[in-house]
Amino acid sequence: MKYAALLLLALALPVQAGSKIIATGGATSIEGAAGGGIVPWAVINGYASSEQWSVLAFNNNVGVDDFSLHTYGVAASYNNEWELSFTRQQFDLDTLGGDLQQDVIGLKYHIAGELLYSQLPQLSAGIQYKKHRNFALPSAVGAKDDSDIDYYLAASKVYFAAVAGRNLLLNATLRASRANQIGLLGFGSHSDNSYQWLVESSAAVLLTPQLAVGVEFRQKPNQLDFADEQHWRDIFAAWFINKNFSLVGGYVDLGRIAGFSEQQGYYLALEATW
Amino acid sequence: MTVKQTPLLVALLLCLSLSACSQQPQKTDQLYLALGAQAGLEQLVDGLLLEIEQDQQIVHHFQDTDIPRFRRLLIEQLCELSGGPCTYTGATMQESHTGFQISQADFDNLVTHLMTVMQRQKIDIKAQNQLLALLAPMYKDVVYR
Ligand code: HEM
Repeated sequence: MKYAALLLLALALPVQAGSKIIATGGATSIEGAAGGGIVPWAVINGYASSEQWSVLAFNNNVGVDDFSLHTYGVAASYNNEWELSFTRQQFDLDTLGGDLQQDVIGLKYHIAGELLYSQLPQLSAGIQYKKHRNFALPSAVGAKDDSDIDYYLAASKVYFAAVAGRNLLLNATLRASRANQIGLLGFGSHSDNSYQWLVESSAAVLLTPQLAVGVEFRQKPNQLDFADEQHWRDIFAAWFINKNFSLVGGYVDLGRIAGFSEQQGYYLALEATW
Repeated sequence: MTVKQTPLLVALLLCLSLSACSQQPQKTDQLYLALGAQAGLEQLVDGLLLEIEQDQQIVHHFQDTDIPRFRRLLIEQLCELSGGPCTYTGATMQESHTGFQISQADFDNLVTHLMTVMQRQKIDIKAQNQLLALLAPMYKDVVYR
């Protein structure tokens, strides 16, 4: 239903897309930043090159054994330099019943380097302000705060003809965070409320300029005593149908969540860009 | 982080920092041949000229350009770059693009046109990417000069 609405909206607004090369805006990750599925990249979303604007709408769905995550939002970018995003996340506790919700406002700034054109990888810095919307459960299991800010630094670069003649995208992200399960279980705990440095990375091969396959890894903190948190990983295929639509499908492994182990399942994301 | 993931991450970070994954420049005429040799490059540049002509965003840069000369020099340059039997006789990239204030969006448009033309000509994807690898570093000499 949401997909149909997005498609209709995109068809109704056939505005010229920006100048950036296809696929170089990446996809939109579950926290709203341009990236893969679970990792923010240094790329700026959409197709706005110098002095151009771009806006986009996205909808991502993750379904694992006992939970599902639905995220949707809008984002904009300017000058291949600034990226702003608004995201709502709804985490359904399919087995336990109920849901958790949080909003994320993201801002990213492209500091240096050009993904395609410079020896130096593209470097960007970002912040994600996260605000939980129903904090009773996170509070009950020991989370300290209902809102917080994640900070990250990301480096991304495309290496031409690097793998069997195909272009290779590598990304490494360093994040400082206090979020428990990305914030869905609140921030910090009464026993440990310090920021932690977390490493996230992605690698993708562009089979064609419009089709990429890749892997991602996201290190997770472990601050809540009530249940272990484990690192996340995924494999994905991204199809940049044209500069207005992209579709990402993947398989995710979210490890242990709130006492439920081996949470694995699908990832599906659709994005419309103008 | 578990021990299992560490080597992969280290390799990724090394790649990013040292550019260990980038291609070495072409030393043989393999790429020249894959691009279709002289005839292929002529077709490529003619295709590119048509795309430029239809692109309102960038065509104005070429309003005073001697197009036959530009065509000859671009073919020469691509031939030399790809390992063909030519010597480029034009100006350096920095010299020839100074004063035009070519923007990143202009550069992106030209790259998109080049990709379109190479796909249309059914050039092998490896050769397409190898040519892009040779042209991408010229960005700093072409834009905002
Ligand atoms: C890697 C990318 C590029 C390459 C390899 C390239 C190559 C060349 C060559 C070989 C010439 C002739 C030099 C001479 O006259 O001696 C030239 C001239 C020119 N290029 Fe580029 N170019 C590139 C990017 C661009 C871009 C992005 C634009 C603007 C959209 C542009 C606009 C021009 C113009 C307007 C001239 C003619 C200058 C004149 O009339 O004197 N070029 N380029």
